[in-house]
Amino acid sequence: MSRFPRYYTPLQKLGSLSLSSTAYIVLAFLMLPIIIIIPLSFNSEPFFTFTDGMLALDPEAYSVKWYIQVFNDDKWILAIQNSFFIGICATLIATFLGTLAAIGMSNSDMPFKRAIMAILLSPMIVPLIITAAGMFFFYTKLDLSGTYLGVIVAHAVLGTPFVIITVSAALAGFDYSLVNASLGMGAKPTYTFFKVIMPLIRPGVISGALFAFVTSFDEVVVVLFMAGPEQRTIPRQMFSGLREQISPAILAVATMLVILSALLLLTIEYLRDRAERIRIGDL
Amino acid sequence: MSEHLSIEEIAHGQKQLRRKKVKLLAFTLPLLCFVMLAFIAPIATMLYRSVYHPTVSQLIPETLEQMEQWKIIPNEMPPVNVLTAFSLELRDLAKERHSGKLAEELNRGFPGTSSLVKSTARKLKRMSAEELVQGQGKQLLSLHKKWNNPKLWSEIKNLGSVWTDSYYLTATDLQRNLDGKIEARDTQIYLKLYWRSLRIALMITLFTALLAFPLSYYLANTNSKKANILMVFVLLPFWTSLLVRTTSWIALLQTNGVINSTLEYLGIINKPIEMLYTEFATIIAMTHILLPFMVLPLHSVMKNIDPSYFRAALSLGAKPMPAFFKIYFPMTLPGLSAGALLVFIISIGYYITPALVGGTDGQMISNIIAFHMQSSNNWELAAALSSLLLMAILLLYWLYDRFVGVNNIKLG
Repeated sequence: MSRFPRYYTPLQKLGSLSLSSTAYIVLAFLMLPIIIIIPLSFNSEPFFTFTDGMLALDPEAYSVKWYIQVFNDDKWILAIQNSFFIGICATLIATFLGTLAAIGMSNSDMPFKRAIMAILLSPMIVPLIITAAGMFFFYTKLDLSGTYLGVIVAHAVLGTPFVIITVSAALAGFDYSLVNASLGMGAKPTYTFFKVIMPLIRPGVISGALFAFVTSFDEVVVVLFMAGPEQRTIPRQMFSGLREQISPAILAVATMLVILSALLLLTIEYLRDRAERIRIGDL
Repeated sequence: MSEHLSIEEIAHGQKQLRRKKVKLLAFTLPLLCFVMLAFIAPIATMLYRSVYHPTVSQLIPETLEQMEQWKIIPNEMPPVNVLTAFSLELRDLAKERHSGKLAEELNRGFPGTSSLVKSTARKLKRMSAEELVQGQGKQLLSLHKKWNNPKLWSEIKNLGSVWTDSYYLTATDLQRNLDGKIEARDTQIYLKLYWRSLRIALMITLFTALLAFPLSYYLANTNSKKANILMVFVLLPFWTSLLVRTTSWIALLQTNGVINSTLEYLGIINKPIEMLYTEFATIIAMTHILLPFMVLPLHSVMKNIDPSYFRAALSLGAKPMPAFFKIYFPMTLPGLSAGALLVFIISIGYYITPALVGGTDGQMISNIIAFHMQSSNNWELAAALSSLLLMAILLLYWLYDRFVGVNNIKLG
């Protein structure tokens, strides 16, 4: 362990070692539960645990039958389609309205800024169970519960705070004199928006959209209360699967979701890096 | 400056500012309307619902009107005109097959009334209206001795008011006694649940803080390339669906699950420990799910703490422990408090994970709200319980804003 500076006392070395080992234990606590479902999903037996054959690395003990089962099950296919359909629609609404609002909110001349911001961010603070209960009463009266429109509107509202936060962050370093310059040189407002503002805040808009998508994709409480059997999404299907009969098909779905979130993470990190470089003028 | 501007110029400037404000509002207005309609309005109607309850007053309006003059005195029956009106109205309800609804409503305020109302209604249906008017309520009193109980009548009067605090009283385990005074119920249900939610949320907050602190410290003080790679292991769980993470805890904790099998294989235990469907399962699974919410703000604060303060304290002769707690720790407080309030606010209203892994003793207040929404159909009580939870969270959020600032919320 020659990595320590030479002036370290033995006690300091011990302290430093125990700190790094604690950190790795916490990281293992974070990662292991997620990693563990990946091999479990290839179990050939209908159990949620490792069989002796799996531990002996017997190829017979592994199979992809739960993946095949998922893709042959109409309920799962419908759930996958619903999740993407609802998620994409909700994201489009949330991103469009959220970006517009963030442009207004980031200007210091905006009237009633604090009050409006509190209202716009409130869907993020109120616990989902309260949101779901309130929406259930209200949307039922409007005949919206049990419809795609109802779920999409609910998910769009839940996603907007994230768009506002990311777009506002992107606009924080935005130089408004560029807009004045563009308008002053005769560009139309829409042209200015798409050719001057948009390219500079695009990483913020895209990462806000991704947040909104994940919010909808992961949301289950509102779906549980409001959606009918036709609007069942992936998490809703997993929820009832975990309550009723625990089948490794859920683990197969979970593994696919882990891979999807890894891809999302990479995209977001890439966008953040890009946004940072735009901010410091390196692009 | 303004004295150099003419009045016209000032007016012009103000006009332009006004125009700009209108323009800015126009950008924000679509979303504001959307949030108001799709989010604020549903929650406001729910709050309204928790205090507004017209069902009983719609079912027996005449009885309640007659009751207006009746002052509730303990152990005194209402005047005969009230009894007559009630007999007539119950008879009409029975004919229209609505007496079941009244039975259900009265049963909530006075348990055991359901069968009484139903059986009386069946018998009253066979009597004529004239007979009942002449009898002045005697038939009602003779049909069942319970109708001679003055407590029942004062309860009917209470239930009959359109505005009610009774759901809030129930939600806080209180009831109104005969003198109209508010007293505690014998058995506590909801307060116990609030306390349990509070305790579970506090424990989760404490555990996430204890786990996040060394990890964030290590990430903030190791070289940045390594920290960036290790950060992925914090962010991947953050981005993974919470249903996935709950599923993996079920796989780990169940009777024949991974943890029990491993412990048995190692010979530490001979028979599996029951871990799933307990409070322990709720706490460990939620600590895992919410840990990134603590690490992220803590790490972003620790990254910007200059290590030379701590070193200066050491080189000036401070012992490592006092130096750490007096110099380093106070500087981490903005991140720690932000993380703690975030985790606490999220965990106190959590529903999915306790519902799936909590069993009966790992249930929280949100689970009972869901129960009243879906199973017992007592929506008003669900609304009252939700409003109390919402008030607690808004109070916390206000504190968060005051001490930490909402703008400090960072994502990813």
